[in-house]
Amino acid sequence: MSNLQVSVYRYNPETDSAPYMQEFQVDTKGRDLMVLDVLHLMKEQDSGLAYRRSCREGVCGSDGMNMNGKNGLACITPLSDVVKNNKLTLRPLPGLPVIRDMVVDMGLFYKQYERIQPYLQNDTPAPAIERLQSPEERDKLDGLYECILCACCSTSCPSFWWNPDKFVGPAGLLQSYRFLADSRDTATRERLTSLEDPFSVFRCRGIMNCVAVCPKGLNPTRAIGKIREMLLADAT
Amino acid sequence: MSNLRSLTFDAIIIGGGGSGLRAALELAKSGKKTAVLSKVFPTRSHTVSAQGGITCAIASADPNDDWRWHMYDTVKGGDYIADQDAAEYMCSEGPKAVFELEHMGLPFSRFDNGRIYQRPFGGQSKNFGEGGQAARTCAAADRTGHALLHTLYQNNLKNNTTFLNEWYAVDLVKNANGDVVGCIAMCIETGEVVHVKSKATVLATGGAGRIYASTTNALINTGDGIGMALRAGFPMQDMEMWQFHPTGIYGAGTLVTEGCRGEGGYLVNKDGERFMERYAPNAKDLAGRDVVARSMVMEILEGRGCGDKGDHVFLKLDHLGEEVLGKRLPGIVELSKTFAHVDPAKDPIPVVPTCHYMMGGIPTNIHGQAITQDESGNDKIVNGLFACGEAACVSVHGANRLGGNSLLDLVVFGRAAGMFIEGALNEGIEYLDASESDIEFAMKRITRWNESEEGGESIPELKAELQDIMQNSFGVFREEKNMQEGVKKLAELRGRIANAHLPDKSNVFNTARVEALELDNLMEVAEATAIAALERKESRGAHSRYDYPDRDDVNWLKHSLYFPATKELKKRDVNFKPKTVDTFEPKVRTY
Repeated sequence: MSNLQVSVYRYNPETDSAPYMQEFQVDTKGRDLMVLDVLHLMKEQDSGLAYRRSCREGVCGSDGMNMNGKNGLACITPLSDVVKNNKLTLRPLPGLPVIRDMVVDMGLFYKQYERIQPYLQNDTPAPAIERLQSPEERDKLDGLYECILCACCSTSCPSFWWNPDKFVGPAGLLQSYRFLADSRDTATRERLTSLEDPFSVFRCRGIMNCVAVCPKGLNPTRAIGKIREMLLADAT
Repeated sequence: MSNLRSLTFDAIIIGGGGSGLRAALELAKSGKKTAVLSKVFPTRSHTVSAQGGITCAIASADPNDDWRWHMYDTVKGGDYIADQDAAEYMCSEGPKAVFELEHMGLPFSRFDNGRIYQRPFGGQSKNFGEGGQAARTCAAADRTGHALLHTLYQNNLKNNTTFLNEWYAVDLVKNANGDVVGCIAMCIETGEVVHVKSKATVLATGGAGRIYASTTNALINTGDGIGMALRAGFPMQDMEMWQFHPTGIYGAGTLVTEGCRGEGGYLVNKDGERFMERYAPNAKDLAGRDVVARSMVMEILEGRGCGDKGDHVFLKLDHLGEEVLGKRLPGIVELSKTFAHVDPAKDPIPVVPTCHYMMGGIPTNIHGQAITQDESGNDKIVNGLFACGEAACVSVHGANRLGGNSLLDLVVFGRAAGMFIEGALNEGIEYLDASESDIEFAMKRITRWNESEEGGESIPELKAELQDIMQNSFGVFREEKNMQEGVKKLAELRGRIANAHLPDKSNVFNTARVEALELDNLMEVAEATAIAALERKESRGAHSRYDYPDRDDVNWLKHSLYFPATKELKKRDVNFKPKTVDTFEPKVRTY
């Protein structure tokens, strides 16, 4: 009775000519397990099932995947949040090349992250102690620095699906704004200049899938809006 | 064998967590040909889970704070088997390393004056234990590890560090002289196995909490570096010393930071009593973690535990108010809701002591150089091998680590190892190349799994069995007979693992093969732990025995040193000679 029906995306390039969905029956013993626990139970049945996982508490960003149509982290998604009619469909994050089963090639995603120069730049000599920052200035980084690079947002974004090579995507732009908003960063102009083309930022159409799926409750659309404001102010 | 592709580096850093990335940053800046080899994308490393902060006398909360007070707390916290030269180095160099992190962009929380926010943590004092509770843990809300790891990764990007992400190190390669000259590694994505040649090999592989059934550690914490070093014949130090964190969420094992108690939270038993007042009248809930964990177990054993089974206690936070919780402990609010179904602003969190940290590891000096002993028991440097972070035992944590000292250990000794290797490379390092048979020796294990046949037992079942043995025989309280049985069961398990079966032999992203290789490492760590725990016949720090309840400074004011070839436990002297301060003499440890 407590058997959950799980349909999972399988593809091993060494043996499969095409991907397919495999059906599993998982005995949850009536518990409201996390989706990651269900994957472990499935792997006990078929050790070949491949997926990434590490912290199992929603902070490392390894196990982003598509669960019944919505991106999220398997380790902090209880069955009660996603299962409908006792059925769970698991697919890899959409829009990125599949390496095997639930494992996608995150190369394009990381490349866009690297492109925004995700590190503090300050051209003044560092003091002997820390650089001072008021609590109010520091508050501006809340909702930005917590990103775990799970790619749930960017891979749910139609603009990123179309132009993953040219549109930075919500995750990269959230981090871009994290440095633009940092009172200690002095590279504002260079950062904005590198974003002013028609694609990097302006491909965002405000669809807000990113906001809907972020497992950390962050709001990339708002950050993108702030960057737009800065770009427009810079242009006038 | 000669068809094995080889990659050549000046230095290879195995592990992309805090210590590995800090070492890599130093080497990348120096222009040496360096690579970080990590089985996960670096920001998925376990450092990311550190919550409460990084303890360091930066004199922000208290302008008169002094690194010597921090050193005193560290030595006392470690129950006097921390090496005092190493603790001195960590505490005095610490401020420099923390300010560097801030300059790199780490988003620390702030005080009104703009300086880094510091909170009280367990075992902290002012004026060598005489001046009351200190507030010395620098924090980025309760996501300090995340902020630290991302900052280090970002700065490695800035400095063009080479990354071999999702590569798995299988075993060390030693030459005919016993020098470490690289490793065998596997690209997880393609399954390709390569010979990595390097003049310096740094094991920054973190902890191994997954030897226990209940742990705060990530699933990836399987002691890979420890396993590699043991199979290469090198000794491990103080492996009996495992920290059980007082506040793992009951059932799930996820960590709830000590910062909760630093911010004013406290533990209660089923009668609602703040029981730590009885066990540690001065420091109360902010006593050393070993002391708090034992007190909790005592409460549970004496029938004052909470819940239907009376098998946990409660951490009360609701009196702090939603504002403090939202500002200082937002991650904890999230975790409690997800894993305990509790809103800490309203209800207490059910918690239980949970395996958290390996104080032991690869013995090193303060430069990260791995150490072994010669026939007459003198320290001897292992050429080419380095370790830092949780995988290493410098030892700054002795028999019990203080909260917030782990992140400091990572950055101070990652940095120190990087600086030392840079200097050594500048002076020139030449070791004999590995021979075909040396490489074949390091390939033995992966070959064994690839040739394993049906009929052998399953990997997940053997792992679960190992974790149960460790949980049942080597937990918070230990006792001779139970440990002897544990050691026996582990010996038998080793034989079964040697015949276990890897059903999936495919190449592309074969996580089953990674888990098989990890199981070997768990086995090595578990056995070293078990034998060291059985042989150390006293109670000290985290190692607590019913049959030897007292600390025995006459016989055991020593490091233990476990030798894998003979499975013998020897002793090694603790350093009592700091360079710039007087020795802290062992005293009775109370809080």
